[in-house]
Amino acid sequence: MEQVIANGLYLGAQYALIALGLTLIFALMNVLNFAHGQMYVLGGFITYTVYGQLGLPFVLALLASGVTLAVIGALMEKFLFRTVIRRSHREESTMLLAAATAFFFDAVILLIFGEKQRGVPKIVKGVFNDAGIIMPYDRLVVGALAIIFIAAFVLYMQYSRVGRAMRALAQDRVAAQLMGVRVDRYSMIGFAMGAMLAGVVGGLLVTITGVNSGIGGPISIKAFLMVMIGGAGVVGGAIAGGFILGMMESVGLTVLREYGDVTYLVIFAALMVFLSVRPNGLMGKPWG
Amino acid sequence: MINRRSTLKSMALGAVSALAIAAVGISSAQAENKELKIGFVGVTSGPAAAWGTSNVRSMQARAAWLNETGGVKIGNDTYNINIVTFDDQKDPKRAIAGMEKMAQEGIHYVVGPNVDDGAAAVRPVAEANGIIYFPYAFPKALYQKPASNAVLGMIANYQSGPAIYKYLKENKGVKKIAFVAANESDPLSQRDSGVEAAKALGLEIVAQNDTYQNDTRDFTPVLTPIVALKPDLLVLSGVAPANAPLLIRAARELGYEGLISTETAQDAKVLEEGAGEYANGFISVGGASTPEIASDQMKEFVTRYTKMFGEYNDESNTKVYALEYILDTLKADPAAINDVAEFKKTMDTFAAPNPFLKGDAKLSYVGATSFGQKRQLSVPMVVNEYKDGAFQTLFVGSVD
Repeated sequence: MEQVIANGLYLGAQYALIALGLTLIFALMNVLNFAHGQMYVLGGFITYTVYGQLGLPFVLALLASGVTLAVIGALMEKFLFRTVIRRSHREESTMLLAAATAFFFDAVILLIFGEKQRGVPKIVKGVFNDAGIIMPYDRLVVGALAIIFIAAFVLYMQYSRVGRAMRALAQDRVAAQLMGVRVDRYSMIGFAMGAMLAGVVGGLLVTITGVNSGIGGPISIKAFLMVMIGGAGVVGGAIAGGFILGMMESVGLTVLREYGDVTYLVIFAALMVFLSVRPNGLMGKPWG
Repeated sequence: MINRRSTLKSMALGAVSALAIAAVGISSAQAENKELKIGFVGVTSGPAAAWGTSNVRSMQARAAWLNETGGVKIGNDTYNINIVTFDDQKDPKRAIAGMEKMAQEGIHYVVGPNVDDGAAAVRPVAEANGIIYFPYAFPKALYQKPASNAVLGMIANYQSGPAIYKYLKENKGVKKIAFVAANESDPLSQRDSGVEAAKALGLEIVAQNDTYQNDTRDFTPVLTPIVALKPDLLVLSGVAPANAPLLIRAARELGYEGLISTETAQDAKVLEEGAGEYANGFISVGGASTPEIASDQMKEFVTRYTKMFGEYNDESNTKVYALEYILDTLKADPAAINDVAEFKKTMDTFAAPNPFLKGDAKLSYVGATSFGQKRQLSVPMVVNEYKDGAFQTLFVGSVD
């Protein structure tokens, strides 16, 4: 049982970090970024290239993933989403745009990086094996880094000037504008941060699970699940959603293994019931 | 009077004329050969893209090679090979659309689809339009009468599995076996036939219901309870190349010390990158995959494929065969080029040298034992063991 809990906690940390960027973009712009998984994949491939192929330090690779995705996110916001939001009166236009960018990224990634699963050398070798728990050291490092990144993100959003501006934007876009918050600027920064988080977590996890061009869609779906559990647009909700999903997956795969692949069936059924009771997820409304 | 303007004009006209003459020359050279379209309907995007991509690239690399060396002589005509491709995205509905496209283009020979449901879905279209297709899918109904248009392109798991388990039982002392499969039709059916084969050999099955979603990224929770059962052999039924290194790594990191095998083709580079030394000893099935058996022509194919696409895929060791079989059978019976009934007739007696293997190996159609008719390509059943970035031959078997 100790192993099951440890697996759940590790998965939870990993999932929470994946969901953070998605929920940030949703909170700021009311955009469901279907390309979040593809951004994760791109981050993974950048780290694969810089660290795995060019042999440069892992930290540099992670930085390259984060910066590249931040730039891509900023450009997407400025030239795509901002334009569509301004010109369209229908909210689903941004969803269609996000879906289109997801397909576009899928095709580009397949073209550039090929169809194969890719992996990089382990960042830390060895396995922790004590007290009934087996956990490779690289997972411990990645889990710890995930928690540090989450904490840093929460603190940044809470106490920095940019973070406060973005929270104001998420609470009430018009009021924030009237108070002098530069909506366009902070929307772009928020989108860039969300994309950067996707890139960083992709780079981080390529050391554990590798990456391939086809996993963007499934990653996005899992991220949506977490956001729905925790409450769309709520940072704390995304974190809670990540840990809940990780634990449900770990426990389900052990307890229900004799019944075949019913774990996700149970998770989806539970989610349907849960959403019918709490349609806004665990933490309800966006920041405020 | 010659001025700068008229000089430039003359030069431009000269260049255009030269280009036109060159273009006419090229097109007349190409026009000497007829065109033979061969289709591909399979998955080249999404998580299973590796399966179809290795297929289509094998065909394209081989076709380019043949075209470069003058084309393929079939009967009295010489043909350039044109590979027409369709990505079915592993969706049976799209596979049907793909096969319909092939029919509209007048294509009679199609490689693919790559998975069970796609291969079953296209059967009515292929049969109604006179198309012979070469799936990489194992349901016996596709190859048994009354079906007659599908030809299995590789060794089925119910043919390789028993041979592998028997070898490991006799040579490695395997007594306890566990199965884990993705929750999809191909891996599940492969698991079921693997379980039957293991039972027939008297092996103790300690796990057979454990499954995972094909898009799983972290297999530690999936394998934790299986590793605790301490099987001697862990079978990754129908595992996708993208998932194999992740499963191997998770099992080894959890302390699993037994053997790991699969009946699907894998890629050494993917295993090396994803699992490193944890993949040593991993057993899989390949075609002309090891230096001990590959001919010089196979080695040249690998070189050309690598030059064309940047990187070779070891799955192509098996997938190089389908196009070769199609062309050699058409050479043996040129009337089959537009008449699949002729093709079917020729399959029963067809034999040609195998260009990809050393020695006097032959290309021939097999499957009489498994399907009651010759509806399978005779591809060498090379059981490999992965070791330090490359495959080594464990043993070579065959199917009749």
